[in-house]
Amino acid sequence: MILETIRLAVQAIFRNTMRSTLTVLGIVIGVAAVIAMVTVGEGSSRQVTSDVEKLGTNILMVMPGGGGQQGPGSRTVAKAFTLKDVDAIIEQIGIVETAAPYGQSSTMAIYGAQSARTTVVGTDNRYLAAIDWPIVMGRAFLASEEQSGRSVCILGETLRQNLFGNTNPIGETIRLNALTCEVVGLLEAKGASSFGMDQDDVLALPIKTFMRRVTGSDDISMIYVSVRDGQSTTRAKVEIEALMRERRRIGEGEDDDFSIMDMKQIASMLSGITNVLTGLLSAVAAVSLLVGGIGIMNIMLVSVTERTREIGIRLAVGAQASQVLMQFLVEAIVLSMIGGLIGIVLGLGLAALASNLLAIPFQPNPLVVAGAFLFSFVVGIIFGYFPARRAAKLDPIEALRHQ
Amino acid sequence: MAAAIPLIEFRDVSKIYGHGEAEVRALDGASFKIAEGDFVAIMGPSGSGKSTAMNLIGCLDSPTSGEYLFSGVPVASLDRDQLALLRRNYFGFVFQGYNLLPRTSALDNVELPLVYKGVGRAERRQLALEALAKVGLKGREHHDPSELSGGQQQRVAIARALVGSPELILADEPTGNLDTRMSREIMEVLRDLNEKDGMTIVMVTHEEDMAEYAHRLIWMVDGKVERDGKPRHGGSGR
Ligand SMILES: Nc1ncnc2c1ncn2[C@@H]1O[C@H](COP(=O)(O)OP(=O)(O)OP(=O)(O)O)[C@@H](O)[C@H]1O
Ligand SMILES: [Mg+2]
Repeated sequence: MILETIRLAVQAIFRNTMRSTLTVLGIVIGVAAVIAMVTVGEGSSRQVTSDVEKLGTNILMVMPGGGGQQGPGSRTVAKAFTLKDVDAIIEQIGIVETAAPYGQSSTMAIYGAQSARTTVVGTDNRYLAAIDWPIVMGRAFLASEEQSGRSVCILGETLRQNLFGNTNPIGETIRLNALTCEVVGLLEAKGASSFGMDQDDVLALPIKTFMRRVTGSDDISMIYVSVRDGQSTTRAKVEIEALMRERRRIGEGEDDDFSIMDMKQIASMLSGITNVLTGLLSAVAAVSLLVGGIGIMNIMLVSVTERTREIGIRLAVGAQASQVLMQFLVEAIVLSMIGGLIGIVLGLGLAALASNLLAIPFQPNPLVVAGAFLFSFVVGIIFGYFPARRAAKLDPIEALRHQ
Repeated sequence: MAAAIPLIEFRDVSKIYGHGEAEVRALDGASFKIAEGDFVAIMGPSGSGKSTAMNLIGCLDSPTSGEYLFSGVPVASLDRDQLALLRRNYFGFVFQGYNLLPRTSALDNVELPLVYKGVGRAERRQLALEALAKVGLKGREHHDPSELSGGQQQRVAIARALVGSPELILADEPTGNLDTRMSREIMEVLRDLNEKDGMTIVMVTHEEDMAEYAHRLIWMVDGKVERDGKPRHGGSGR
C-alpha cells in the first residue's frame, strides 16, 4: 500500500503540473535566496577578517594627536614623533619586537614618458618586516642607505605596472618632483585590500630620505610597533603610553596628546560592520523565505476547493481518511523535496558565482543550508497536509459539495 | 428465510438542512426496507429528497434523526473507518453529478475503487477495461473527463460504480444524460448485474420507462415515501 500511495501521490503531482510547478517554485526561491545571501554575507565577512589578520594582529600604531585623530582635526597641533622616539620604544620596552617610523605623502612619480600619482611612504626595513611584506625582486634598503638617506626606493606592484609595465624596474631611475631615486626592490603584490585602497600603489623611501627630500622636516607622523609573539598587545600599549608620556613630559592628570591604535580594535570594528551586513542580508533572505512560504501557502489554499472535491470522491469510493491523508502527505513531501533540492543547488550555484565575482571565499554554512531546506519543507508539508486533513474530516458528501 | 434481515432498512429517517427560517426537511420521516437482490427504482418530483436518501443509503451522509440499518447493523454505530470499509466493499455509487476526478483518464477513474480495495495493477486495469466496455466506452479509456460528453462522463461514473462488483449499486439518475438507446443498454447492464450476479440495485430516475426495469418502485414526495409498490406495467403502483 505504501508503493501504491507513492504512486497515487506522484500521479496527483503530474496531474496538476501548474500547481506542482508553482509550489516547487515557491520552495526553490525561498531556499535559494537564503542560501545565496547568507553564504555571500559570511564569505565577505570572512574576507574582511582575513584581510585584517594579514595586517598582523600584533601591530600597534602610535600617532600624535588625541582620540585616534590626527592632523588638522585636533584641537592643538600635537607635537610629532621623531626617530628618537622609535629608538626609545625599541630599547626600553622589552616585549616589543621592533618599531618603525612611518610617514606618507602623495606625489607624482615619473619614469620616461610614464607618470602616475602614487603614495610615497617614508620608512625603513623594520616596517616591511613588521607587517610581513616580502620583497620579490631586488633587495631591501641597505643599512648605509637608511643611515645616509640615499635616494633609493622600493616599488609596489601597481606602481611598477603603471610605470614599467611588466619589465624589470631594478636599477632604473624614477623622478619624484625634485627628487630622483633609483629603484632597488619590488614588493610582493598584496592585492586590493578590503578598505577599498590599492595597497600596491606605493613607493617606499628610507625615512631619512623622505624627511629630508619630501617633507623637509624631522617629524614622523606614525610609529609602527610590532609586539613579540605571545606577548599581550594591551600590555605593550600601556608601556608605550607610559614611555611616551614621560618623553613628551605630560603631567599627571593631563590627557595624552597621542594615541595608540590596536589592529585588534580595527578588526573588531570591521567585523562589527560586516556582521551588521550579514545580518541585513540574512533579514532580506528571511523575507524571501517567508515570501516563498506564503506563495506555497497561497497555491495550496487556492487548490483546496478542487482538492476537497477530490478527497470527497476518494472517500466515496472507499478510501479511509488516513489513506487519503497519507497520499497528500507523500505528495507534499515529494514536492518539498524536489523544490528544496533544486533550491539548494541553485542557491549554492548563485553563491559560488557571486563569491567568484566579488573575490571572496565561498564557504557555505551547512546549518543555513539545512535550516532553509527544513523551513520550506515544513511549510510545504503544513500547507499541503493541513487543508487536506480538514477536508478528510468532512462527510464525503460535504467534501463533494464544497464550492 | 421468512425472517431474513433486509439489506437496507430506514426507520423514520429525517435529514434537515439549515436552521430556523431556512430549515429544509430534505427527508421527513422516511421508512422503507430493501431486501437483498432487489431492484428498486425511486421516483418523485425534483427536490423530494431522492438524492438525499441515496446519499444516506451510501453512507456518504448521516441522518439528522431516525435510524438506518445496513444488514441489521445500525450505521450510526460505525466509526468513519468502518464506514469507509462499508463503502469500499459493499457499495458502488453513481452520482447525479458524476463526480469524476478531473485531469484523470477514464481508465484511472474507473480503477480508483479497486486501488483502495487493494487489487493489483494488472487485474485492476483488466477489470476497468471490461467495465468501460460494458458501458460502451471502448476506445475512450484514455480520455480525461473534460474530453468526454456529459453522457460519456455519466457512463464512466457507472463503470466506476460496478467495477468492484459491489453488493449494492446506488445509481442517482444514471441515464439522465443518455439517449433512449444508450439508456436501454445501461438498464440492461444493470438488469444483468441484478439477475445474473445477484446485485441489489437502487436507482433514482425521472423516466417511467427506466423504472419499468425495476421490480419495485418507491415514490417520494416532500421527503416522505408516498407510495411503494410495483412499477406500472409490473402490476401495481399507479
Ligand atoms: N446541502 C444542502 N443544503 C441545503 N439544502 C439542501 C442540500 N441538499 C439538498 N437540499 C435540499 O433538500 C431537498 C431535497 O434535495 P434532493 O437533492 O434530495 O432532491 P432530489 O429529489 O434528488 O431532486 P432532483 O430530482 O432535482 O435531483 C431540496 O429541497 C434541496 O434544496
Ligand atoms: Mg437528485
